[in-house]
Order: sequence, then structure tokens, then C-alpha cells
Amino acid sequence: MFSYYLKLGLLSIRRNPLLSALMIAAIAIGIGACMTIITVNYVMSSNPIPTKSEQLFHVQLDSWDPNQPEDDGNFEPPDQMTYIDAMALMKAQKAYRQVASNKSSLVLEPQGDDERPFSVTSRNTWADFFPMFDLRFVHGGGWDDASDRNLERVVVLSKEINERVFGGENSIGRRVRLSGMDYQVVGVLDEFHPVPKFFDVTNGAFSDPEEIYIPFNVAVEYELPRNGNTNCWKPVDGDGIEAFLNSECAWIQFWAELRDNSEKQEYMAFINAYAEQQKELGRFPRPLNNRLNDVMEWMEDQEVVEDDARVMLGLSILFLFVCLINTIGLLLAKFLGKSGDISLRRALGASRSSLFIQHMIESGLVGLAGGVLGLGLAWLGLRGIEMLFGDFVENMVSMDWVMVLTAIGLAIVSALLAGLYPTWRACSIAPAGQLKLQ
Amino acid sequence: MLSMQNISMVYRADLVETHALREFSLEVKEGEFVSVTGPSGSGKTTFLNIAGLLEQFTDGRYELDGRDVSALTDSECSAVRNEKIGFVFQSFNLIPDLNLFDNVDVPLRYRGFNSAERKRRIEKVLETVGLASRMKHLPSQLSGGQQQRVAIARALAGEPRFLLADEPTGNLDSQMALSVMELISEINRSGTTIIMVTHDPVLAEMASRNVHILDGRVSNGDQETTAEPLLSQVATA
Repeated sequence: MFSYYLKLGLLSIRRNPLLSALMIAAIAIGIGACMTIITVNYVMSSNPIPTKSEQLFHVQLDSWDPNQPEDDGNFEPPDQMTYIDAMALMKAQKAYRQVASNKSSLVLEPQGDDERPFSVTSRNTWADFFPMFDLRFVHGGGWDDASDRNLERVVVLSKEINERVFGGENSIGRRVRLSGMDYQVVGVLDEFHPVPKFFDVTNGAFSDPEEIYIPFNVAVEYELPRNGNTNCWKPVDGDGIEAFLNSECAWIQFWAELRDNSEKQEYMAFINAYAEQQKELGRFPRPLNNRLNDVMEWMEDQEVVEDDARVMLGLSILFLFVCLINTIGLLLAKFLGKSGDISLRRALGASRSSLFIQHMIESGLVGLAGGVLGLGLAWLGLRGIEMLFGDFVENMVSMDWVMVLTAIGLAIVSALLAGLYPTWRACSIAPAGQLKLQ
Repeated sequence: MLSMQNISMVYRADLVETHALREFSLEVKEGEFVSVTGPSGSGKTTFLNIAGLLEQFTDGRYELDGRDVSALTDSECSAVRNEKIGFVFQSFNLIPDLNLFDNVDVPLRYRGFNSAERKRRIEKVLETVGLASRMKHLPSQLSGGQQQRVAIARALAGEPRFLLADEPTGNLDSQMALSVMELISEINRSGTTIIMVTHDPVLAEMASRNVHILDGRVSNGDQETTAEPLLSQVATA
């Protein structure tokens, strides 16, 4: 009977093209608006590294001013770490893997005479960065611990930069000149666009990942410019890089890979012991308040999905609800207009339940059509957001198959809900009266 | 086969009560062709609706095929209608965007027959009413008489025990009416019990028995009619 009901539903939609078009449009507009916002929220709140997100922990040490909050008026620990603390944790090697990193902006000088220098963003980090965050390579690999220790000027290029500088060739062993110094290429990354950019939400959860990767120690040694957020709660005691490195300024993101709960507890005990030790040295004036947040906890803590986006999501669902109210009215008009047909079918032996199913399937068909059209409108909506906000939202405005299925499913469920009352009313019609009127 | 004892039907609207049937009693035997006549508002259609289980009555007892139907649920009534009763309406009530085949198919779908059985039955009844060659036509492509033949085919497709006809020739000219009445008589001769509501005393005489309703009651008892001679008179008119 399902195929029979489908056929009847299609016939009914064709019989009243204007009314059907209005219903489909009402659902499509609601779904289009709703899915545009849901997609943005979905991407913003998605897990950027699902295979390891529960093993990767952002490390916070509360080294801050006891009398002043670091940010937003609360007394949470700072989201970045000082150089002194980051180096102490790196040296201790207490985690399975650990990386400190920061961001720079360098000038890349291509070798060809016709090529002009251009600016590139750099992530200054450690050898563990690549295996820890599951980065894949098209050529070569990351550098090793010896390169970190020996201040080797090595570089890993993003696929895009390798394409631009070396035409996509295998550039392993070739040299790249960055801000006046040569670096040897050891690896070329495959595509790497985690959304959100979880390993550095402080400097933009939705910004593009860096274009090149160089050893952190090299960046410090050669005093490469820092291109990110730096917060200090005490004035820097003196001039020069040494004074800055020994200051209470926080500018480094620190992550640890801890494979299970016992490793996490051990690491927590370690950083608390470290903090107690620092207290004895006159630092860490606040009560003990260190943190280990896994990836999704850190996204939540940092409110990667902003309140504005949540409000927009609520409004879009409300708008879908308004569209559904309209659809209910239109379906009611349509189904009550079919009272003659319904009464005839009742007389010919159709039960109320079979007519109910028939009309719910028709509602579902309207929802399906509305969902497909709504997907198109959502795509237009996302392009509109992209045009409005530019590259900043580029990574947030694409729909994956989960969102496509969600849109279709939401449209069908919405239409079925909208169809409940009109269908019930239509099936409650007394057949005798209607047959007499025909 | 059909037994109504003291059936009453009262329509209530706010302060007004309308008695459509008052202690209405009627027995119809298997294979009978009963015509029901009476002035407008006398209760003919209400009787037919109750007989066809399209309406619940207020009081009394109704047995169909030996079964008390007063306590049937809505879905049980639907099943009885589907299996035992065929309807023919004055205005044909064909579904305009379904072709003849699909129109006749409607009651068979709800009966749950497989497609081969449905096809066999549809072709057979359309053959019976002389429209087998036009089964892919839409109702709008047929004359009124042909549309009523399709409606009769639809009523017969499920091989019902009863055929309930409400003014089946009311929308037809005399020639078409005659042809439809001949078809209905033929169906009765093949064993189907027929109850036909009509205004027309000439058509009523074609039945084997006439029941006249006045003010919701049977007013003439059970009157035998002279069906065959009258049918001949109409045929020669």
C-alpha cells in the first residue's frame, strides 16, 4: 500500500499545484534558514580530531595575578603559558607527548628571479606536534627531537605553500629562505584544516592553520617575531629577549597527549607539584588551580560556539516553527478540500487509519520536496554568509552529508508534524454528509 | 439478510431535534431488488446511509447478514462496507484524476487483493459494464451514462452481497437512465441484493418490491411490484 499512497500523494500534489507550491515553499524557507544556522553551529561545535580528542589535553597553569582576573572578569587560569613554565614542562617530558607552540609571521623569499617575497604564517613548535595531532604528509615527515635540541633550521611546508613555491614537486631537501635565513624542507603536509583550529583557539578558532612549521627553539633563538596574543600581569623586568622570556607574560599554547585516565591523573599531580614548587620560589601567588581540558572540554571552556550563534540558532528554529504554522494552515485547507474524496474512500471501505497513513505520506512528500528546495536555499544562505564575512567563515559554511541528511530528515519530520492536525481533521469528516453534498 | 427493527435517527443541533427516521423497520431478503421512494426529507438517504454503515443510528437494532452491526467499531464498519456493500451514487463520485482502471481499483486496494487478482476483477467488471476498451480513459472523457457504469463496476468489483444505489439515474437523461437500470436489473438477476433510492415511481416499479417512506417511517408496508412489464414499458417508451 505504501507505493499506492505515494502515487496518491503525488497525484494530490499535482492536482493543486499552487497550494502545493506554497506549502513546499513555506517548508523550504523554514528549512533553508534553519539549516544555514544549524550548519554554522554544527561546524563550530564539531570535533576537529575525533580519533584522539579525549587523549589530547590543553594544559593551563595558574601563574596569574592574585588580585586581577586575566580575562573577562573571572579568575580562571590563563589560557596560555609563560616561556619559563612551558620550557619546564617540555624539559620534564612527563606526558606521552607534549608540545609548546606559538605563531609567527615570516617573509618567504622564493628563489626565482621573477617571484616576489610574500608573507607566511608560521607555527613554531616541537617534533611531537606532527604525530600528536595526526598530521599526514605527502612528502617526507616532521623533524625529530635532535633537530629541536640542535636548533636545526628545518621546515615543514603546507601543501599550498609547496604548490606555490615548488609547483607541488617533492621538495624534500630543498631550501626555503624565511626572513633572511635558509631552512631545509623536511616534510610537506597533506591537507590540514581542522575546524575549529583547536590547538590555538586563543588566536582564532576559525582561522586557517599556519602555512609553515619550524622548530620552536629556532624561533626563540633567532628572535623571530611573535604574531599572536601575549598577556602579561607583571611588567617585564628589563629589555631584550632574555627579559621577556623570563617574564610572567603568557604567549605559548601547551598541549599534552595522555593516553588514559591514570596518565591524566599522574600528569595533573605533576603540574600541581610543579606549581607548588614555583610557589616556594615566589611565583604562582593564587591558590592551586591548574587545568587539564581535553579537546571538546577546551572548546566548551573557550566558548568556541558563541552565544550570538546560539541565539541565532534559537531564532532560526522559531522561524521554522512559524513556517510550519503556515504549512498547517495550508494543509488544513487542502485536506478539508478533499473531503469528498476522503468520504468516497471511506464508503468504499477505507478505514480511518489507512486514510490517515495516506495523508501523512502526502505530508511527508511535501516535506521531502520542501527539504530538497530548502537545501538549495541553505546553500545560498551559506554562500551569503561567506560573502558577508569573507575568509573568516570560509571553513564554517560547507555542508557535509550529515547536514544534508539532517536537512531532509528535519523537513520530513516537520511536515509530518504539521500534517498531524489537518490529517486528523480530514479523517474525522462524516462520510455520509459529504457524499450527499457531492 | 438485512433486518432493521425500530431504527430511530435523530439529528441534534443546539435546541433543534430532527427525527430523520422513527421506529423504522424493514426486512430485505437475499436476492431482492427493493426500491425506496418518498418525498424529499422523508428519510430515504438517511436510511441508505445507515444501511451502508456510513452513519450510526440513535436507537433500534440493525442486523446485516445475520450480524448485529450496531456495536461495530469504525474499522469493522469499514471492513464490512468493503466486503459486503457496493455503493452507487447519483453524481457517480469517480475520482477525476484516476483512469477507469484505477477508479475501479480503489475498493480492491483496501481489500488487500494482490495485483493479479485486482487486475482480473477490474477487467471482468469493466467488461460487464461494456467499458473494457476504455479502461485507460479518464472519467472526464466519458458520457454521464458511461461514468455511472464505471461507478457500478467499482461497486461490483469486490463482489458485494448488497448494492446500495442512491438516485443512480438522477443525473442522466432517459436513454442513459434506462441503460443503467437495465444493468442494475441484470446485476440483481445474477444474485446481488439491491436497494435503490429513487424519486421516480416508474423506476421504482422496476424493483421487485417498493418501500415508501414518509416522515421517517415505512408508509406502505411491503408492496410487490410488477417489475418486468414496467421495464418493458420504459424500454419501448
